[in-house]
Amino acid sequence: MDAPANKISVQGLKAWFGKNEVIHGASLDIPDRSVLAIIGPSGCGKSTFLRCLNRMHELTPGAGSSGKMLLDDRDLYAASVDPVELRRRVGMVFQRPNPFPTMSIARNVSAGLRLNRVPGDHAEVVERCLRQAALWDEVKDRLDAPATGLSGGQQQRLCIARALAVEPEVLLMDEPASALDPIATAKVEDLIHELKQRYTIVIVTHNMQQAARVSDRTAFFYLGELVESGPTEKIFTNPSEQRTEDYVTGKFG
Amino acid sequence: MSALRRRNAVNAFWTAACGAAVLLALLPLASLLWLVISRGVGGLSLDFFTHLPAPVGEAGGGVGNAIAGTLYMVGLASLVALPAGVGAGVYLAERGDGRFGSAVRFTTEVLAGVPSIVVGIVAYGLLVVPMKRFSALAGAVALAILMVPPLARSTEEFVRLVPGTLREASLALGVPAWKTGLRVVLRTALPGILTAALLAVARAAGETAPLLFTALNNQYWNARPDQPTASLTVQIFNYAVSPYSDWHDKAWSAALVLLLLVGLLNLAARLLARGRGGRTA
Amino acid sequence: MSPSHTDKTYERELKDLRERLLAMGGRVEAQLASAVKAVVERDPELASRVKKSDSDVNRLEVEIDDACRRLLALRQPAASDLRFIATALKIVVDLERMGDLAVNVAERAIDLCQAPSLGPVHDLESLAGMAQMQLKHALDAFVEGDVEKAREVMETDGFLDALYLKIFNDMLTRMMEDSRAIRRATSLMFAAKHLERFGDHCTNVAEMVVYMVRGTDVRHPRSRQLKST
Repeated sequence: MDAPANKISVQGLKAWFGKNEVIHGASLDIPDRSVLAIIGPSGCGKSTFLRCLNRMHELTPGAGSSGKMLLDDRDLYAASVDPVELRRRVGMVFQRPNPFPTMSIARNVSAGLRLNRVPGDHAEVVERCLRQAALWDEVKDRLDAPATGLSGGQQQRLCIARALAVEPEVLLMDEPASALDPIATAKVEDLIHELKQRYTIVIVTHNMQQAARVSDRTAFFYLGELVESGPTEKIFTNPSEQRTEDYVTGKFG
Repeated sequence: MSALRRRNAVNAFWTAACGAAVLLALLPLASLLWLVISRGVGGLSLDFFTHLPAPVGEAGGGVGNAIAGTLYMVGLASLVALPAGVGAGVYLAERGDGRFGSAVRFTTEVLAGVPSIVVGIVAYGLLVVPMKRFSALAGAVALAILMVPPLARSTEEFVRLVPGTLREASLALGVPAWKTGLRVVLRTALPGILTAALLAVARAAGETAPLLFTALNNQYWNARPDQPTASLTVQIFNYAVSPYSDWHDKAWSAALVLLLLVGLLNLAARLLARGRGGRTA
Repeated sequence: MSPSHTDKTYERELKDLRERLLAMGGRVEAQLASAVKAVVERDPELASRVKKSDSDVNRLEVEIDDACRRLLALRQPAASDLRFIATALKIVVDLERMGDLAVNVAERAIDLCQAPSLGPVHDLESLAGMAQMQLKHALDAFVEGDVEKAREVMETDGFLDALYLKIFNDMLTRMMEDSRAIRRATSLMFAAKHLERFGDHCTNVAEMVVYMVRGTDVRHPRSRQLKST
């Protein structure tokens, strides 16, 4: 059997805002159906790295990037790639739960489909995604209630369900549990373990224990540089780089 | 214990002082309402809403044409001002960070500060003089000029209030930017924008000065945009400055009608803001 | 080593753990020295003091175990900190066993004092000296994170084994020559065995030091090969 294929391959990625370069050449492979955690202090470029993966980075005025990013061996930044199309394949969940306030729970889940004019009755998709996001049992009796009535943890799982509804292959998560309490966090982490059976997941987190808990591989960014990436177990028990060591043991600053 | 009693006394004093200030502020409003209602309610009848004004000394007659004229001109003005104001506001919120945007924003602010009588003169110079006649169109243009700046600014505020994370959420679902702007951002800001629009309409309905030398007045029904047109405000003005006491009574009644109209619009705006806009915050 | 932890309390807790381990090592070192001295100088008083001091070592073991568990639960240590605490948890067991072995040697000393001397015990003295050296080097390696020193300890263990074998054979000869010496020779043989075991525990400590520094497990190389093939 072949080694597991890389879903994403990043080669020499540089990214900048105006004249300010925030990632100075990062290379990294992400195997299919695995969880990559990105750790590092604030402003190290980890969120930007994530946003390069679905081309959200370039939406900021003055922002840009260079280098190669391959999704299934196809260049994400090739002229033939429509970034809008790409974002349906690479879903994203944000730091703060951001359900659409004007929509009901069910319509939030189907928002991606409806806004993209996918025809049909989406009730089935809504149920499947809410089940996948481990939210179905909590909301099945009030699908038409406003999404803003849910608790923070439920809203975040709703946002995950919403991202899943467009059937992405990769799921990017930008500190998805930083605004949640420990129980909601545990639910989201449990969900990540479930989801990696089907999706390739990249998660940015400030919480190193969380990175250790949920990920197969971990990448450490510092001052815009990808210092080290490797199996999570190795990063947390025996990293190769002194800076990684100092960071995971809490010796920075 | 004495410290506690002292604090309680200080607290009571300032609470009373604040209450007195509120009463003082409400006093003019209450007296205005009382005056208008008590003097005006006697003249109200169905005829007053539907009939043309009667000549001096004749009983009966109404301000039907003035109500219609106000609605007509405000409607005409809204036709232009609402899209222009909302459009400008959305532009300022979405793309208004450059130099052109700040120029537009500055202009809007200046325009919002221009006294309404000056706007009336401008409309007079622009339309009445070349057309050689007072007209509903000139009145509507003057009202529209007054409506746009506050509408643009509040629209900008409401659109900016929509969290950027919502836009990102939509873009990340693979929704094109234009559709995101329309179906997510504007949709979320909609209750706020509707509120702002209603308030702008209410304000325009209450304007007198810009209509004085644009739409002038008319004793008869008029539906043509190029003819002088009656309006509640100008009618009130004319009645009030006349030497006849029955016209004075009519002025009070017409004022009450105007108050009701503006009050209704404000109430609708308030309900809209509370009912659906609460979630945007 | 690298800069200190941002959280000063955490830094202090780790330092405190290290110091307790060293204190425990020091106690065990002293126990062994006294036990051997009791054998050589036929001093039952000293031997019973060694027996009594064992409770100190046992108490330290419990305290260190406790400190490690607390650090694991409350600090979620990672990387070198994690390896340090894992190492502490392991070597504390070895140190405690070494303390017990010193006590065993002391018990042999008391036993030997019951009967006339069998003559000088030079080999046992050198074996004890080597065991003490081993412990000292292992502890030094632990403190300094010195892999070279740790490897030296692991390699030196062979000499202890060889010397033990020599004492074993000598004692066997003595017993065959003179059946009245059997009890005393057996006691000495046991004392030597305890010292040899003492050395083995030093090797364990040294192996853990290599793990602590390098993050690689150097124990039981053969069994690992079996697993990987």
